[in-house]
Amino acid sequence: MAVGLEHFLILSAVLFAIGLYGVLAKRNAVVILMSIEIMLTAVNITMVAFSRYSHVISGQVFVIFIMVVAAAEAAVGLALIIAIYRSRKTVDAEKFDLMKW
Amino acid sequence: MIFAIILLPLFSFLVISFVLRPFFNNRPQLSAYTTICAIVGSLILSIWALIAVNGAENHVLTSTSYQWLAIGDTVINIGITMDSLAAIMVVTVSTISLLVQIYSIGYMKGDGGFARYFAFMSLFTASMLGLVLADNLLFLFLFWEGVGLCSYLLIGFWFHKPEAARAAMKAFVVTRLGDFGFLVAIIFLYVKTGTFDIGELHELALAGVLGGSTLTLAAIGIFSGAVGKSGQFPLHTWLPDAMEGPTPVSALIHAATMVTAGVYLVARMFPMIASSLTAITVVAIIGGFTAIFAATMGLVATDIKRVLAYSTISQLGYMMLGLGAVGIGYASGHLDGHHALTLGVAVAIFHLFTHAFFKSLLFLGSGSTSHATGTFDMRKMGGLRKVQPWTYVTFVIGSLSLAGIWPLAGFWSKEGILHEAHAYTPVLFWLAMITVFMTAFYMFRAVFLTFHGEYRGGKEGSHSHGLHESPKIIIIPLVILAIFAVIAGWLPVGDFLGADVHFSFFGALTSWLAWVSLSFGIAGILLAYIIYVRKLLSAKSIGQSLGPVYTLLIRKYFFDELYERLFVMRFLVDGIFAAFQWVDTYIVDGSVNGIATITVAGGKVMRRLETGQLQVYGLAIFIGILAIVAFLFIFS
Amino acid sequence: MMGLDIAFWVLAVVSVGAALAVVLMRDIFRAALFLVLCFFTVAGIYITLSADFLAGAQVLIYVGAIGVLIIFAIMLTRESRRGSPSGRLRLPALLIGLLFLVTMVFVVVSTDWHVIAELPTEPTTTAIAQALFSGEDGFVLAFEIAAALLLAAIIGAIVLVREK
Repeated sequence: MAVGLEHFLILSAVLFAIGLYGVLAKRNAVVILMSIEIMLTAVNITMVAFSRYSHVISGQVFVIFIMVVAAAEAAVGLALIIAIYRSRKTVDAEKFDLMKW
Repeated sequence: MIFAIILLPLFSFLVISFVLRPFFNNRPQLSAYTTICAIVGSLILSIWALIAVNGAENHVLTSTSYQWLAIGDTVINIGITMDSLAAIMVVTVSTISLLVQIYSIGYMKGDGGFARYFAFMSLFTASMLGLVLADNLLFLFLFWEGVGLCSYLLIGFWFHKPEAARAAMKAFVVTRLGDFGFLVAIIFLYVKTGTFDIGELHELALAGVLGGSTLTLAAIGIFSGAVGKSGQFPLHTWLPDAMEGPTPVSALIHAATMVTAGVYLVARMFPMIASSLTAITVVAIIGGFTAIFAATMGLVATDIKRVLAYSTISQLGYMMLGLGAVGIGYASGHLDGHHALTLGVAVAIFHLFTHAFFKSLLFLGSGSTSHATGTFDMRKMGGLRKVQPWTYVTFVIGSLSLAGIWPLAGFWSKEGILHEAHAYTPVLFWLAMITVFMTAFYMFRAVFLTFHGEYRGGKEGSHSHGLHESPKIIIIPLVILAIFAVIAGWLPVGDFLGADVHFSFFGALTSWLAWVSLSFGIAGILLAYIIYVRKLLSAKSIGQSLGPVYTLLIRKYFFDELYERLFVMRFLVDGIFAAFQWVDTYIVDGSVNGIATITVAGGKVMRRLETGQLQVYGLAIFIGILAIVAFLFIFS
Repeated sequence: MMGLDIAFWVLAVVSVGAALAVVLMRDIFRAALFLVLCFFTVAGIYITLSADFLAGAQVLIYVGAIGVLIIFAIMLTRESRRGSPSGRLRLPALLIGLLFLVTMVFVVVSTDWHVIAELPTEPTTTAIAQALFSGEDGFVLAFEIAAALLLAAIIGAIVLVREK
């Protein structure tokens, strides 16, 4: 079957769902960040697919910006994790519960 | 002007309570003087009113009614009716109250609550005067409650005595039952007729507009108030216990005035009540039955005041019987209207009038004996006629009058009632006759036990300075009352009240009925003489041979047990009140506490969401997003 | 377009597999390596979508920078025994994920997409540059802001990780 827009969109959805599972279900903070990157990548694929199938370049421009933000966010996020690790000696997300009742 | 009759004693109460007691505490006799001045004023005004009514047309002074409250369509008035009935009542109340207050100065001397006593006495007199003058039922009820309150305060005057406190509570609660019926009747009447005014109600009843079951129920409700206040069966249990109060209180309130408020009420509402044959028959039956019922209990009582209390209940029964008998005659058509209504009132109020004098005389006399002996127990008295001659003579005069011996006052008023009873309620008439016998017997039993024979009180029974006659301030009221106990029957009370009473001093002895009642009375006195003076028969052996009867009487037919143990404790307290308490604890409190518990539990569940963990929050966000998507999808 | 289709399917399967490995593997380091693989395959997917510039940018930024960053972070936060265990929200997350997936698939399949099937012919670099930098209908402002964002991120990261 010829590959069309739907295929890319579904691929994107699958990747997003996998990333979502990783964000919600894993305990290691670094893995959570990795999953966030997967989600962002999935969105990128959607953008590019729309850009290709409507011949408008804005989609790809937007992807550049998403990449910028992803990079910045990964940097800061990992810095945060390292800082937490220094004081807590753990990166277990279930242990970060100071906001508990 | 007539309002002043009520306002003077009321003002005395206020002055004593707010001025004399706080500021002049070291001179309690001022309270006595204030009270006496106020009541003298009321008496003068009452006598003036009596004279005015006598000269007025129809024996009625025009009454004025002021509007007190208006709530929407409901208008409540304050008004006075000064007719012959009211005039007689105010004169009686003022006179007896005055004599009792004078007596009390001597009797209550040295008591710590002297000023408080006179304050309550003033308030009581004001309430009683207001009661008899009120022209509408609601205003009357106000004073009705007032006298009930004062009765409570005065019975429990020595409140540190537990029996007195209990007796006061018992009096209040038992009369409350009657008052409840009364209030329901007032409201019921208002709902049905739109008025509280007594005159208007009479017109409606006589015109037949107010009739049938409405009238009967209302009449019975009003009568129930009278049953409570006058100690008729079945609400009689409080009166003997009320003797815990000071003796002048018993004389004033539980002999002459408050308990007669019930009779007054029936007399005042007579046109209405007599229009219902059912209601007036109830009145007659309860009256007649109570008369003999109370007399039986008086036969075995050992406390002289209790004998007098039962006697009071019995005589009140007579008055109710009088009203009832005439009312039956009226309702069944044998008597014509206006004549019957005034006759019924006349017969009962005449006996109320004479009874007020000789009964208060007897009570004050018993107070005089206790002043000397320190006790009311007749078994510890005896031989007092040698030491207290004045007390003895006046007491005997009172007893003879009560027994209905010609030509003393009691004879004339009793004859009136017996005559009507014979005509319209023959069964009750014979019961009343037996009661005459019993009355004479127990009164002279009391006389002989107290004043004859040898003193049985022993050394410790007498006053510290030996048995002696009471001081003059106590004797003088006794003498005055004794004079009235003799002559009161000769006064044209019946005529004044509008009835056609033929008074003939010697002519009364020509009727066979007079001889029957006199012989019953003298027989009673003789029997008492045989048993207690000559000691030919032994009271003890009679009591033992009639063992169960004796027990029944001395235990007051077990009515106290019935009411208090069975009804109150078992049925009410353990039953209904316990049920209410259960509802209160488990349902009312339970629901309130339950809401709190649910809230706390809900909170406990809800706080599980606040884990502080990002992933949980993220999950929640995504669930929300999906929900929104689903929502939009379904409703697009 | 046979080649394109085959390329797409291969790349798609590998990327999905790699993503699953990232999420399901216990060893973090291996997970990071699979993440890098995922990024590579996504670059390949961009090429099938005729986004040549972006493919390059993907490799540079994601693989080169972010991937390395993640590996550094893993090494610096090595917990002794832990690895990458699953949290207690496994099942709800799985459910939500599946639900989300189903919803998206349903939306995609039931929408009538107006597509232009022909391949774009121009290289994209010029077009992107023009879109980014041209004044009126361009994204210059966003570009500048992105630069500022990066600066802030750098400073923030440095501040956070400083030794006291």
